[in-house]
Amino acid sequence: MTTATTDILEQRSRRDARHERLFRWLLKACALLVLASLLGAAAATLWGGRDAFATFGWHFLVSSEWDPGNEVYGALVPVYGTLATSFIALLIAVPISFGIAVYLSEVAPAWLRTPVASAIELLAGIPSIIYGMWGLFIFAPFFAEHVKPWLTNNLGNQPDDGQLSWVAEHVPFVGKLFGSSYPFGASILVAGIVLAIMIIPFISSVMREVFQTVPTRLKESAYALGSSTWEVSWDIVLPYTRSAVIGGIFLGLGRALGETMAVTFVLGNAMQLSASLLDPGTSIASTIANQFSEAVGLQKSALMALAFLLFVVTFIVLLIARLMLRRLASKEGR
Amino acid sequence: MSALYLRRRITNALAMTMSMLATLVGLAFLAWILWETLRQGISALDLKLFTKITAYGEDGGLLNSMAGSLIINFIGIGIATPIGVLAGTWLAEYANRTKLGESIRFLNDILLSAPSIVMGLFVYTIIVLPSTALTHGNTTFSGFAGGVALALIALPVIVRTTDEMLRLVPSTLREAALSLGVPQWKLTLQILIRAARSGIITGVLLALARISGETAPLLFTAFGNNYMAINPMEKMSSLPQIIYQYANDPGEAMHALAWAGAFVITMFVLLLSLASRLILSRTKVSHD
Repeated sequence: MTTATTDILEQRSRRDARHERLFRWLLKACALLVLASLLGAAAATLWGGRDAFATFGWHFLVSSEWDPGNEVYGALVPVYGTLATSFIALLIAVPISFGIAVYLSEVAPAWLRTPVASAIELLAGIPSIIYGMWGLFIFAPFFAEHVKPWLTNNLGNQPDDGQLSWVAEHVPFVGKLFGSSYPFGASILVAGIVLAIMIIPFISSVMREVFQTVPTRLKESAYALGSSTWEVSWDIVLPYTRSAVIGGIFLGLGRALGETMAVTFVLGNAMQLSASLLDPGTSIASTIANQFSEAVGLQKSALMALAFLLFVVTFIVLLIARLMLRRLASKEGR
Repeated sequence: MSALYLRRRITNALAMTMSMLATLVGLAFLAWILWETLRQGISALDLKLFTKITAYGEDGGLLNSMAGSLIINFIGIGIATPIGVLAGTWLAEYANRTKLGESIRFLNDILLSAPSIVMGLFVYTIIVLPSTALTHGNTTFSGFAGGVALALIALPVIVRTTDEMLRLVPSTLREAALSLGVPQWKLTLQILIRAARSGIITGVLLALARISGETAPLLFTAFGNNYMAINPMEKMSSLPQIIYQYANDPGEAMHALAWAGAFVITMFVLLLSLASRLILSRTKVSHD
């Protein structure tokens, strides 16, 4: 080989090495941006909320006052609204999602499974603002006309005819939960129901996916011993996939906690703490959406502090979800 | 027939009926929501939607909001696609099984469902506030800020699909190229990304579908504008934002306009998810 070609080759390999370093560096920088956006969001809201945290301290978390006139802010009402709506959503969505997953993985004929599963997943693709509009214009009026009167009269402590039902009289709390004098549909319960519809596709698709990881041998052994479909689902499939199922539920919870638009439309936006699920309330996200553009000074800071709380709580919930989901993946040896 | 056997059969029949009912409930709500959006949306469709701007109120259309949505989404996808594809490539090709790579992959999954309104506030803090201070209030909210907020939401979707699609590329392809002396950056850019191209495009389409319905992050970044704005440094209207505003308006005519906007967004999102499904099914790669 002549010296000239060696030179060219050497030059070339040096150039390649330089490009390689540059390329690696660029890629890594992009990946670190993902990390930066997560940390940045937490830092920005914490920084924005510093005045509120400094002024109210721990009292911010437990105070139910939200009074822009007197510059007093507490997070309790929105926090309660967020937790209550998300809890109702889970209460409704988890059994329904489990039913859907069992139906699609054990019961439905093979030709029906894919189209039904895609249809359910279509629900996940609908933008949340559409849920909000549907909730505001269609579901809340429907609820106010057909469901709410029945609930207040048969379960609540403020029935129209003034006569308490047996349930309201004898079962503790129920009367308070369903007592309401508001004529409108918008309420914590309706927001919970709309949220439930939103998170059903998330939870059910995770459940369906993990149900399919159960070894067929295991299920067939149980069938061979005479188990019914239900017994296989409840005693074999569910215990085998327990951690991932919990992960899927937490994933849905994370979505529900941070959801803004669907909730804002149907929650009624009332800064009040009411025991009744049929009364309007507010959530962290909808408080921010409603007030942030007009807020100044301490109110803006309080809203930022709320956002920080929301971010930290959803982060923890989603962290648990992912850890639980990963446990099943490692069991599979992935 | 023993009592135990009978009880087990009844339990099973009950449970199976309940599971079928649960599925029907899910499908019923899907049908209800889609039906109302179609019905209300189509009855509100009108040519003036596409020719007039929102400044005319009841007699206006949504032209500036649609234009704004297009611009903001375009900025969002334009920022998120290169960064997301490169970051996903790093995770799959360079940092697979390293500690940092695993943690970023894990955090990216969390970011996928992070509350979008917080992302809006984050962009408000890093872009809207500084630009207000730097331009003495001339530039405050802007379409660009809205685009960045949407980019933050699209980013994890693109990172994840790129990462997954690249890991599906058979390693024989890498070995063949490396054995020919191709440097790794060239291998990645010219062979691997090309091999995973359709999967990556699917990810970008999914991300676009995801951000085109996002409202919360736009409220404090792009803000809204009743007039036509093309310059991304100006306040900009967008379809989700105008739906939010009109739906909260007491006027019936405004509600009709909001439904028309909702109809347009829903159709757009459904077409996008259909397109991404078609691309995926054509390449015959599992997307799980």
